[in-house]
Amino acid sequence: MILGKVLGTVVITISHPHYKNRRVLVVQPLCMPGDTPSEDFIALDNTQAGIGDTVLVNREGNGARQVLNNPEACVISVIVGIVDSVYIEE
Amino acid sequence: MLFGRVCGTAVCTIKYPGTEGLKLLVVQPLNKKLEPIGSVQVAADVVDAGIGDLCVMVRSREAALAMPDVKFVPIDLALVGIVDELAVSSEDEFDLFIHPGWNRFS
Repeated sequence: MILGKVLGTVVITISHPHYKNRRVLVVQPLCMPGDTPSEDFIALDNTQAGIGDTVLVNREGNGARQVLNNPEACVISVIVGIVDSVYIEE
Repeated sequence: MLFGRVCGTAVCTIKYPGTEGLKLLVVQPLNKKLEPIGSVQVAADVVDAGIGDLCVMVRSREAALAMPDVKFVPIDLALVGIVDELAVSSEDEFDLFIHPGWNRFS
């Protein structure tokens, strides 16, 4: 799982049935100062997250299928938590 | 999952069993600012996208799971949605770094 910041919302009307009635968000992975940020990606929302929220994202298909309770869901990234705080040892 | 812009079609007469009838489109992967990342790729289409459409794509095993009938097919990129509206905030508005010590987000 990774930490990311929600930067945008995507509206997809015509979509695969597994994406129907679910919010799709643009997530930018967070990194430590000095590191090069990873490329952004799209994730399905399972937690009512919004733009500006720091979120926990599962980027693995099997975990996503478990979260969505659908053994055939064609989803890789799912937002599984909204992060309140993070502590990194100084 | 990532964005892609459809820029062409690929026609393939001889295909692996199970992939017959699938529409193949040439797509350019894009980032959140809709700037191209890497070179063009071929994706299987399940949402009837056309040239010029901005789409949501899914990679790896999940691309094969997106196929309508046979789920055990050699497909590693699929179009699963057509983007109608996209609202992305600027990166400068948010702190995209985790600093040593406590980071409080709420």
